[in-house]
Amino acid sequence: MRKATPWSTVFDYLVTATGETLYMVAVSTLIATLLGIPVGVWLQLTAPGGLRPRPLLHKLLGFVVDLGRAMPFLVLLVLLTSLTRLVIGQSIGPTAAIVPLSVGAIPFVGRLVQNVLSEVHVSVVEAAVTTGATTTRIVRSVLLRESLPALINAIGVTAIALLGYSAMAGVLGGGGLGDLAVRLGYQRFDDRVLWSTVAVLAVIATLIQFAFNRAARAVDRRRHASV
Amino acid sequence: MITVENLTKTFPGSTGQVRALDGVNLDVAAGTVLGVVGPSGAGKSTLARCVALLERPDSGAIRVDGTDLVSLGGSALRAARRQIGVVPQGDSLLRQRTAAGNVALPLESAGVPGPQRRTRVAELLDLVGLTDKAGSYPDQLSGGQRQRVAVARALAASPSVLLADEPTSALDPETTGSVLTVLDRARAELGVTVLVVTHDMGVVRRICDDVAVLEGGRVVEHGKVLDLVSDAASRTAASLLPAVDQNPAVERSYDRVADVVLVGFAAVGALLPEATSRFGVELNLLGGGLTRLGETPVARFRVGLNGERADSALEWITEAGGAVRRTPTGPQGVAA
Ligand SMILES: Nc1ncnc2c1ncn2[C@@H]1O[C@H](COP(=O)(O)OP(=O)(O)OP(=O)(O)O)[C@@H](O)[C@H]1O
Ligand SMILES: [Mg+2]
Repeated sequence: MRKATPWSTVFDYLVTATGETLYMVAVSTLIATLLGIPVGVWLQLTAPGGLRPRPLLHKLLGFVVDLGRAMPFLVLLVLLTSLTRLVIGQSIGPTAAIVPLSVGAIPFVGRLVQNVLSEVHVSVVEAAVTTGATTTRIVRSVLLRESLPALINAIGVTAIALLGYSAMAGVLGGGGLGDLAVRLGYQRFDDRVLWSTVAVLAVIATLIQFAFNRAARAVDRRRHASV
Repeated sequence: MITVENLTKTFPGSTGQVRALDGVNLDVAAGTVLGVVGPSGAGKSTLARCVALLERPDSGAIRVDGTDLVSLGGSALRAARRQIGVVPQGDSLLRQRTAAGNVALPLESAGVPGPQRRTRVAELLDLVGLTDKAGSYPDQLSGGQRQRVAVARALAASPSVLLADEPTSALDPETTGSVLTVLDRARAELGVTVLVVTHDMGVVRRICDDVAVLEGGRVVEHGKVLDLVSDAASRTAASLLPAVDQNPAVERSYDRVADVVLVGFAAVGALLPEATSRFGVELNLLGGGLTRLGETPVARFRVGLNGERADSALEWITEAGGAVRRTPTGPQGVAA
């Protein structure tokens, strides 16, 4: 049995790894949100009964999105190595991990956003149509604004999913908490590192959930909103 | 003002095509209110959705001020939509916007700048009596208040036409009254031409000048409410006028029994007493009652007459503008 790593060293590891993880999760969530929302909007607009129904295009788009979601993250990680190298200039490290994380999350966000937008009631959308509003305005002022609380929650769900994936990416050279837990904790049988890493991940997940819940409620003007 | 010409719309159904509209023709004069009534599935909502330019008819024309709107697309379609204010069926307010924010939506679509927008929103909230609720969110409003906000929103961009599909269907009688008052004010104060779909004859009685009955996608009756009530053949009349109970035992004791429809203050107040004194007959009210169509009092009475000149009295009432229908339940067949 090896000697356990001293707490002060564990602490240093954790700080560095947490920083890397937060960086990966934050940036990839941001990118996935920015690119996933248009995908979701497009899916919803082209859906049967949408504002711009295009059944064939909708099916094709849905197929690609679902393919992306079904793709195991590890496979995506490997497949995207060359893209990552092209964009970032290297294929390891937290910054490099952001590429597969973002790409993997875009279809995920797309579907979530479409689901959320489809919840906006038809009569509300039609009322906006009858005002002579352009589709762009309806998307912005009605679809997205009406579902803002649910969208914020969806982004929270995405951030937590990406927290999990970032751990996986970490193992393959991404750094961060996942890397720490597996390389130092699991492979070197250091329970102290392993469990404290898990604890930090749990805390981060809880905080993300809490923050997004709060934000969603803060912008919600419907009954039971605690503003 | 609004002219609907030969409008046809079919939907694919499970058992073949459903003809929701089958050659519908309608005319609504400027500044009047048309009520569209009819049984469930008659095509009322489909008609409203076509006129709201939410549904494209298979054929036919919808003209507002002479321009056919059916074939428009793109920005011309959006401009046409601004001419037609719509109060959609059911809850249609943005729940994340205040009452004022909801009313502002059509003004934003029309590109009205902020300061003008706020003035206009205030005017409309005043029109619907909700100035004090400007900052309330839909979930803080009652059903009737929400519906009035929807009317204010429909009127915001100063449309020439206001279209409402079942604007009072989910409301209690009192709240219904407040919404109808608002629709009536829109016509009276803004000169808007109104088309209202309803299954409630009370709505027709209170605010409609004209009524169209739709059945199986066809217009089976269309005319002025005040004309139709005097028309013995009208199906709408029966449901607009006060009911009369049958009472054969009582009716047998009269020489003549008839249903008399009287329209207007003068007729309702004076016609029957005058007939009594002119012809020296005994005239009793056996049933029926009084109602109002808009501002006009309208009565339907079942009257029993005794006396030699009972027939002359009835004829005179007809000449004086009352609509008389003799009932076969009386003994007049024997007497004549
Ligand atoms: N989108 C649609 N797809 C298929 N059929 C439809 C559609 N909309 C309406 N219909 C059919 O068209 C007919 C007329 O429907 P519509 O909704 O216009 O009736 P309505 O007079 O408004 O009835 P209600 O009083 O119940 O609201 C019905 O047979 C209905 O099933
Ligand atoms: Mg209907």
